[in-house]
Amino acid sequence: MKVTVHVQRRPDIADPQGTAVARALRDLGHDTVETVRINRTVELEIRGTDPAAIEAEVQTMCERLLANPVMEDFEVVVHR
Amino acid sequence: MKAAVVVFPGTNCEQDAVYALESVGVEAALVWHRATDLSEFAGVVLPGGFAHGDYLRTGAIARFSPIMSEVERLADAGAPVLGICNGFQILCEAGLLPGVLLQNAGLRFICRPVQLRVTSTDSILTRAARIGQILEIPLNSYEGNYATDPATFADLERNDRIVLRYSDPTGAVTAQANPNGSLGNTAGIANRTGNVAGLMPHPERAIESVLGSSDGRVLLESFAMSMSGADG
Amino acid sequence: MGEPLVHQALGMTDDEYEAVCVILGRAPRDAELAMYSVMWSEHCSYKSSRPHLKRFPAEAPWVVVGPGENAGVIDLGDGWLGAFRIESHNHPSFVEPYQGAATGVGGILRDVFTMGARPIAVWDQIRFGSLDDPHNRYLFAGVVAGIAGYGNAVGVPTVGGELAFEDCYAGNPLVNVMALGILRREQLVLAESGGEGTEAVLLGAATGRDGIGGASVLASASFDDTSNAKRPSVQVGDPFEEKKLIEACLELYERGLVIGIQDLGAAGLSCATSEPAAKSGMGMEVDLRRVHVREPGMTPAELLMSESQERMMAFVAPENVDEVLAVAARWEIDASRVGTVSRGGALRVFVNGDLVADVPAASLSEDAPVYHRPLRRPDWLDDLWVDRPVTNELDAAAGLLKLLDEPSLADPAWVYEQYDHMLFLNTVVGPGHDGTLLRIKGTTKALAGTTDGNGRRCYLDPRRGAARLVYEAALNVAVTGARPMAVVDNLNFGNPEKPEVMWQFAETVEGISEACEVLGIPVVGGNVSFYNETDGIDIYPTPIVGLIGLADPYPKRPPRLDRAKAGMDLWLLGPDTSQDLAGSVFQKIVLGTIAGRPAEPSPDIAAQLTGLATRLAAGEIVSVLHDLSEGGLAVAVAKVCIVSDVGVTIDWPGHAFAEDPHRLIAAVHSERSDRMVALADAAGVAAHRIGTFGGEEIRVGRAAVNLERASRVWRTALPRRMGQDSGRRTANATSGHACR
Repeated sequence: MKVTVHVQRRPDIADPQGTAVARALRDLGHDTVETVRINRTVELEIRGTDPAAIEAEVQTMCERLLANPVMEDFEVVVHR
Repeated sequence: MKAAVVVFPGTNCEQDAVYALESVGVEAALVWHRATDLSEFAGVVLPGGFAHGDYLRTGAIARFSPIMSEVERLADAGAPVLGICNGFQILCEAGLLPGVLLQNAGLRFICRPVQLRVTSTDSILTRAARIGQILEIPLNSYEGNYATDPATFADLERNDRIVLRYSDPTGAVTAQANPNGSLGNTAGIANRTGNVAGLMPHPERAIESVLGSSDGRVLLESFAMSMSGADG
Repeated sequence: MGEPLVHQALGMTDDEYEAVCVILGRAPRDAELAMYSVMWSEHCSYKSSRPHLKRFPAEAPWVVVGPGENAGVIDLGDGWLGAFRIESHNHPSFVEPYQGAATGVGGILRDVFTMGARPIAVWDQIRFGSLDDPHNRYLFAGVVAGIAGYGNAVGVPTVGGELAFEDCYAGNPLVNVMALGILRREQLVLAESGGEGTEAVLLGAATGRDGIGGASVLASASFDDTSNAKRPSVQVGDPFEEKKLIEACLELYERGLVIGIQDLGAAGLSCATSEPAAKSGMGMEVDLRRVHVREPGMTPAELLMSESQERMMAFVAPENVDEVLAVAARWEIDASRVGTVSRGGALRVFVNGDLVADVPAASLSEDAPVYHRPLRRPDWLDDLWVDRPVTNELDAAAGLLKLLDEPSLADPAWVYEQYDHMLFLNTVVGPGHDGTLLRIKGTTKALAGTTDGNGRRCYLDPRRGAARLVYEAALNVAVTGARPMAVVDNLNFGNPEKPEVMWQFAETVEGISEACEVLGIPVVGGNVSFYNETDGIDIYPTPIVGLIGLADPYPKRPPRLDRAKAGMDLWLLGPDTSQDLAGSVFQKIVLGTIAGRPAEPSPDIAAQLTGLATRLAAGEIVSVLHDLSEGGLAVAVAKVCIVSDVGVTIDWPGHAFAEDPHRLIAAVHSERSDRMVALADAAGVAAHRIGTFGGEEIRVGRAAVNLERASRVWRTALPRRMGQDSGRRTANATSGHACR
């Protein structure tokens, strides 16, 4: 089963990369840009048929490795 | 005639590049990335560092800096244009050289001397060297893993555009001597006309034996020869 | 139990709260309480350590700026100055290893370029629990990647340091970073506000809710099960912003555009406004609405406490403000005029015209409480000091292989090859040697630097242990040909509310002071990190000594570990006693204990040996000159053999792994031996020829180890444990963006 994990920095945590890219976009004339946040997407192929069990397991993977709960939020999407 | 050493915000090897160029007799001046006129310069060096923090992708933001259209103009006019490390990455991103630099195969930053074998002398980077010469020059990069599509790589090889390859101390180009996974052990390449060249190792860090090696001089002397050629 | 009161939640005691009320003559406003809580925290005020730190010798003719400023500054001659400082980022590195270590590097660099200096080098001192535990591998890989990611990108080489693994650091790793900068005398700037009407210009990154309460909560309290809930917002480093900030500030100094400058670190705006004003005997009016912010809706207290990175406060004469703003714009950094220096000593903070704080500026830094905490010699030392017979049924060959495989002694290349250690073309002797030697281009001078620590020995006897660290650091600098000049220290200790910990602290200060006095070198700065404990267990007392020396003229071919050749003689310089196993690596690894009282150092021998080492190295008389430290003679000689790729035969009766102080080994061409021995005699140092280089084995008495095997064990000890996975885990677990 295919699972997508979206990992993003918590809103109160600085994102220097996003800030630099926002500045560069404005430099290129895209002066409508207000903010840029750069996030991460992880795609997994998981063996199994029970979406709830898979979601729970990926949730644990996020807490242990894929995201750093100290500074990141994550969202798990199981594609049925 | 002078060489322009381009400074992007985040560049950090610019002073070393000037010091090294002057040690081989090239007058060099720092030029800020917002400059729009390089007409007083006969050549360009894009030094190492982390232009624009290397954010998004190495060189991705730098290639849009105002100075880059002038760098392209000089390159088209046949002037020597050299990219070292981050400068090489920017030249690739700007399309002045083919290919791309990916993360090192070991996924770690590598700072150590490596052995290079000169495999072509038809470039502003290697014209003073001889084929088969072995040089010890420091590498200092996280994204030094050179890659292209197979057709482009075949074209590079056919046209003798790969000027430096990672080798062992005897000059053998082996998988074991490849520090970062670069395709064909590629450490440095040049364009078709040989006047635009880029390499991942830092020749400016190998110009005095008190610092461990002076093997980088021959590469910078090649650039110096090309500068005087452009002058005349 | 009810909810804690606001001041308690901010880490203040009831007495401290009362003291604030007395100063103000009223109850503090929210923003005021926030300012006092961070400025009076242990981290910022040194309230437990200050009475002891006065003991350090701080004077020498070459001291330009001593303790109390952002960095110590020493005179290198011919108009050159060196500025250096050491600081810890222990707790942030445990919470988030990549960002914790990265912001540690960023912070210490700001301390150095705040003085007007260009930072030229960083040393990192890192200590973790055993690498057998995956979490410690994760922390180790993350910290190294963070130092690399920040240091490499900001463009300051990481040229040395030390690595140690010990169970006591498992819940509380140590990350200490020393930074060194150089400047011309006329560029020296201090953290002063100047007189009335001077404008305060905030330069650099926008202010967000980073590390709110970091100083008071994270650096001044212990970890326990509730730490997760208490965690302040993690600070994120931006080396790109810092690089621009360095260049902009250096241009401001060069053009004489600032009167004073202060970096924003712990306590953020609270510190960067009050301290410079207080130093100049002035006050300040600050308008928080003018601070450029990253997120909306921040309260005055949050703005004043924020520890957002990469910010500096410049104090500028009104007629120069436009020029300062233009310099900032050219380097593409933000700048805002946030305040004006005023007479009367009051720090008055406004938001939209509303007064949110009105306190005596000096009271924040100078009226902080001072605690004379009780001391007590730990009872456990009596048990530890009992002599235990050491059975000498030792297989030296097996012992050597075991020690070469110990991560603390193994080849550190896995670490330092991730750091740019060559930038600026100064590195004459780089990482992997006893001390680092950095030339100053265009002069005959070079600066030598080292950082040294030894938690086990300091645990067994903090005073002797600390003194021996100073002597060892002095030797590490001397073997590059330099003369020791000055010390900075980072004192990592447990909970100061425990009398045993305060005793360890006081003994350590005494040990460092005595040794510095013997060598005639001052302590020009330092940092104290308390509350390094987890679940009530304190770390070993772990002082780190950073020492800078000067070589002038510097040797073009200084001794290096890799310069031994077949046919050279191996000499031992110093006393030939070899029996001190207390706290040694051998004791820990092979005997499985940590006990005994470490040998007392000898001031006379220390001074003589240090002077001799400088002369031998500066005169390029010996090819290898190496201090015997952890692992004793056997490990020291083995390292030389491995990196020089030559064997050795040693005939010597002492214990091969004992760690007695004041000993060097030298590899010398036989035709130069006479000169070396003559210099040793003149210095009053004993010299013993104990072996000859050659062959393909390391032979110590009857034991023999194949060189290639020793090399493989030593070189693979770290990479084998770290493997591919650890690196990948960290690259993904944190933002990989900065580690290019």
